[in-house]
Amino acid sequence: MVNYLLRRIGYALIMVILVSFVSFVVMELPPGDYLTQKLEQLRARGDRSAENRIEEYRVRYGLDKPFMVRYIGWVTKFVKGDFGESFEYERPVKELLGERLTMTVILAVATLIVTWVIAIPLGVYSAVHQYSLGDQIITVISFIGLGMPGFLLALIILYIAIVFLNKEVVGLFSQQYVNAPWSWGRFVDLMNHLWVPAIISAVTGTGGLVRIMRGNLLDTLGQPFVEAARARGLKNRTVVWKHAVRVAINPLIVILGSEAFPSIVTGNALVSIVLNLPTIGPLFVDSLRKLDMYMAGTCIVFFTFMLLVGNLFADLMLAWVDPRIRLD
Amino acid sequence: MSDGDTLVEVKDLKVEFDVREGIIKAVDGLSLEVKRGRTLGVIGESGCGKSMTARAILNMVPKPGKITGGEILYYRYLDGNGGPGVTEVINITQLDPDGELIRQIRGGEIGMIFQEPMSSLTPVYTAGTHINEAVTLHRLIPIRKIGDQLVETIQAHRQVSKQEAREIAIEMLRKVGIPKPEQRVDAYPHQLSGGQRQRVMIAVALSCEPKMLIADEPTTALDVSIEAQILDLMRELQETVNMAIMFITHNLGVIAEMAEEVVVMYMGKQVEQATAVDLFYNPQHPYTRALLQSIPHVGRKSRQRLASIAGMVPDPFHLPPGCVFHPRCSYFMAGKCDVLTPSWKQIAPKHWVRCLLYEEV
Amino acid sequence: MAQATEKRKHVSQSYWSLVWWKFKKNKTAVAGGIILLLFYICFVGLAEFIAPYSLERRSNYTEARPQVIRFVDAQGRFHLRPFVYGLEKHIDQETRKRTFKEEPSRIYPVYFFVRREPYKLFGLFPTDIHLFGVDESDPQASIFIMGTDSNGRDYFSRILYGGRLSLMIGLIGQFLTLILGCVLGVISGYYGGATDMLVQRTTEFLNAFPDIPLFMALAAAIPKHWSPVTVYFMLTIILAFVRWGGLARQVRGLILSLREREYVLAARSAGASDSRLMFRHLLPGTMSHVIVIATLSIPGMILSETALSWLGLGLRPPLTSWGVLLQEAGTVYAIRYAPWLLWTVPFLLVTILAYNMLGDGLRDAMDPYGGR
Repeated sequence: MVNYLLRRIGYALIMVILVSFVSFVVMELPPGDYLTQKLEQLRARGDRSAENRIEEYRVRYGLDKPFMVRYIGWVTKFVKGDFGESFEYERPVKELLGERLTMTVILAVATLIVTWVIAIPLGVYSAVHQYSLGDQIITVISFIGLGMPGFLLALIILYIAIVFLNKEVVGLFSQQYVNAPWSWGRFVDLMNHLWVPAIISAVTGTGGLVRIMRGNLLDTLGQPFVEAARARGLKNRTVVWKHAVRVAINPLIVILGSEAFPSIVTGNALVSIVLNLPTIGPLFVDSLRKLDMYMAGTCIVFFTFMLLVGNLFADLMLAWVDPRIRLD
Repeated sequence: MSDGDTLVEVKDLKVEFDVREGIIKAVDGLSLEVKRGRTLGVIGESGCGKSMTARAILNMVPKPGKITGGEILYYRYLDGNGGPGVTEVINITQLDPDGELIRQIRGGEIGMIFQEPMSSLTPVYTAGTHINEAVTLHRLIPIRKIGDQLVETIQAHRQVSKQEAREIAIEMLRKVGIPKPEQRVDAYPHQLSGGQRQRVMIAVALSCEPKMLIADEPTTALDVSIEAQILDLMRELQETVNMAIMFITHNLGVIAEMAEEVVVMYMGKQVEQATAVDLFYNPQHPYTRALLQSIPHVGRKSRQRLASIAGMVPDPFHLPPGCVFHPRCSYFMAGKCDVLTPSWKQIAPKHWVRCLLYEEV
Repeated sequence: MAQATEKRKHVSQSYWSLVWWKFKKNKTAVAGGIILLLFYICFVGLAEFIAPYSLERRSNYTEARPQVIRFVDAQGRFHLRPFVYGLEKHIDQETRKRTFKEEPSRIYPVYFFVRREPYKLFGLFPTDIHLFGVDESDPQASIFIMGTDSNGRDYFSRILYGGRLSLMIGLIGQFLTLILGCVLGVISGYYGGATDMLVQRTTEFLNAFPDIPLFMALAAAIPKHWSPVTVYFMLTIILAFVRWGGLARQVRGLILSLREREYVLAARSAGASDSRLMFRHLLPGTMSHVIVIATLSIPGMILSETALSWLGLGLRPPLTSWGVLLQEAGTVYAIRYAPWLLWTVPFLLVTILAYNMLGDGLRDAMDPYGGR
C-alpha cells in the first residue's frame, strides 16, 4: 500500500515536470514574447522611451537568456516555493494565485457536492422507475445538461438575469463588498452571487452523471444477485440501495476523481470568465493571451496537479469501496 | 402438520408477459403441489415456464411479466406454544409484492437458490454479511422464560445480536461443508470457487430455517463432480432440517437422484406427473418418452444417431392448434391432436398425464 | 408417425440491418439525425443561397434590432406576401446611444429567389440567386431578420457562414482523431510489448494535461500573423491531436479482448499477414463502438473550437465561426443592449443536442442484444 502510494506520487511528480516543460516549450512557440506585445502597446500609446524600458524589463525578467536557462531557473525556484513573477501584474505569481486559490477551491468543492447530491438520487430514481414519466423528464433535463457547456449556460443565465430580472450577476461580490473585510453582509452578498455558478454546475455537472448512474444501475439491476437479494425477503428499497447501488456506484467513483473533479476545476475556468469570478481560470486565459510565461506555466502545473490528485484519489477510493479491486 | 401434507399448492397458474409483439404465456394453467419434507422435481426444456413458476411462488415475477390467473396457496403452520398449531392458508398471488407478509415468507419460510453462483452473491459483501443480513431479517430467537408451571415457554422473540449472527454464520458454513469457516466467513464471493459459492448460497438460504427450498437449476453451472457434492449436501440437509424441496432442472439424471415425485412441463403446462420411479420406468406422455430416449447411454453403438426430439419449441405467438406438442409428437393422430386440447387425467394412483392417447373422445 | 415439421421461413438479418432497424425505432435518435442532416445541408452546402447578405457586408445600420417577418401590418391589414418594416434611427434617451428600430410606416415586401450578390453554389456553379431578399432599389431597404452587429453586418447571414465553419471543424477534427486513434490503437493493442508501452505512455501523458488549458496553450501558440486559413487547419489538427488519446485507448482495449478470439486465430492460420489481420479483421470488429464514441465526441470538438474562438485564441477574422460570433455577444454590454446577438446560442445548442441524441441512439442500436 505504501509502495503503491509512493509509486503513484513519484509518477505524478514526473508527469508534472514533463508537463511544465512542455508547457514552456509551447509558450516559446509563438514569435516574440510578452514584451514584444507590450512594446507594441506602449508604442501605440505614444510612449517614446518604450524601447529603453522594455530592455530593462527584458533583463529583469531574464527574457534575454536562452530558453533552457530560463526554464531551469524557474524550476529551481519553483521547488523552493517561488513561482516567478507575473509580467502583467508585476507581482509574484504565488501571491496572485494565492488570492484566488481559496475561491477556486471553494467553488470546485461546492460544485462537486451539489452535483453529486443531486445526480445520484436522480439517477437511481430514473433507473428504478424506467420509462415512467419521471424518468423521461429527468432524461430530457440530463440531455440538456449534458450537451450544454458551462459557459453557454452562463451566458443564458446572464441574459435572463439582465433582461428579465434586471440584475447584474457577474462577479462574486457587489461593488461595495469586493474588498471589504468579512462580515455577515458580505456573506449574504456572496450567497446572492454564488447561486449562479452553483446552478450552472448543477445543470451541466449532473447531466452526464445522471445518465451514467442510470445506465450503470439498470445494468446492475438485471444481474442475478439483485434478484437473489429480493428472494431473501429484503425490502425493495434495501435491495436497490444496499445491494444494487452499492455495486453500481463504483465506476462513478472513478469518474468522480478522473473526470468530474478536474473538469470542475478547469471547466469552471470558462464559466468564471463569463461571470468574471475571482478564480484562477480568468487569470490563466489572460496569461495565455499575453504570453505571461511564468503565470501561465504555473497555472498549467496547478491544473495538471489537480488532475493527477483527482486520479489518485479516485483510484484509492475505488479500492477502498470495491473489494474486487486490488492496488498493485 | 405432518410430513407429506401439502405445503404449497399451485392451482391453474397463469403468468403472462406483455411485450410489444404480443402476449407470451410463460405459464399457462399449471398446477402442482409441494409436500412437507418431500422433494418435488420439475423438469422441462428451457422456456417451458419452470423458472417463472418458481418466481411466481415467491411473487417475484419480473416485469413485464404478471400473474394473470390461478392461485398459489401456502399452508403456513404457526407453532402454538406447546399446544396444537394453527394452519393459515395464504394466497400468495394476492399479496402485495413489496408488502411485509410476502417479505417475511421470502427467505424466512420459503427460500430460493439460483442457477448462477458466480453472480448470485452481491460482490461487495462477504459470505458472512450475506448470512448475517438474512438471519437478522428472519431468524428470531425465542426468549424463553420459566413460567408458572416451571415449564419453559416462549414469551417473545427477539432479533439476533451481531455476535450471535456471526456465530450462526460460521456454523452454517461448517454445515455446508466449507473448510475453515471462521476464515471463510469474511471472504468475498470472488475469492471463493464456484462450488463454494453455491454452498454459501445454500448456507444463506438454510440459515433462516425455511420450510421449503426452491432450487432453480442450482447445479447446472457447476462441474459434474462438484454437482455431485452439492446434491449430496442438499439431501443431507433436507433430512436434518426436514425441509421440502422444489427442484427445478432440465437434467434427467439429477431429477432421478433427488426427486420423489416429478412433474414434467412443456410450454407452460404440466404434461405428466408421477413418482420418480414410475416416470422413468413407465413414462406415458410422448414428450417424456422422447426425453428419456434422448439420453445418450453407454453401450450405444457409435454409428447410431443420437435420438432427438424432432422440431423446435414453437413460436410463442403462433402456437399450434389443439395439443401444443403435436408437431413434434411421434404418436400424432391427425384430426385429433391438432384439433382437441387434452386435459389432465389420472391414469394410475399417483400418475397423471395430459395426452389424447389416454382420453376417450 | 412423425409429422413433417413445418419449415419456418427464417429471414436472417445481417448485423447492420438489425442495427438500422433498431435505430429507426428510436424516435429521438432519428430526429437528431434528421436535424443534423438539415443543418449540414443548410449551413455547409447552402449558406450562400440562404443568406441574404455576404459575410462582411457592412451597412450603416449598426446594432440594429431584428426586422421581424410579418404578415399583418400596423393597421391590421393582411398581406399575402410577407414583409418587414424599415429601420429608423433612434437616439435612446437614457443611454444616448444610437439604435435602429423598426418603423411601421415603411414596408418592404419580401421576395423569394432574388438575384443579389453572385457566388458559387457548392463552390462549383456560379449563380446569384438567393433564397429571399427585399427590393434594393430603395437604398434604405434592408432585411436583417436577426439584427446586425456593431459593424452593421447582417447577423443571420453571419450565423449561416459561421455555422459552416463550426460544423465542419467538428467533423473534420473528429475524422482526423478517428484515423489517428484507430491506427495507433490497433497497432498498440495488436503488437503489445514495446509499441504498446510507447503509445500508452504518450496517451497517459496527453491525458495528464488538463484538456482546456492544453487547447488554449496550443492555440495561443499559433503565431498571430499566419493566414486565417492556416490557422483553421492548425486548430483542427490541435483538436485532433489532443483528443486522439482517448479513442486510441478505447480501441486498444477492444483489440485486446478481440485479439484472442477464435476467428483471429483462424485467419492467422490461414496465412493472413499482420496488417491484414489488424485492418481487415480486428478493426472492423471495433467499428460499432468506435462509431458511437466518435459521434458522441463531435459536440465536444465543436464546443472546444467555440470556446477557443470565443476567448480569442481560436479562429481569426475574416474567418468566422459561432465562437467568433459569440465574442461580440458574450459581454454584459451586448446582452443588455443587443441581445439578438445571442441567436448563435440556440443553433449551437440544437447541434449539440442533435449529436447527443444521434450518438445515444446509435449506441442503443449497436447493441442489438441489450434490449428492453
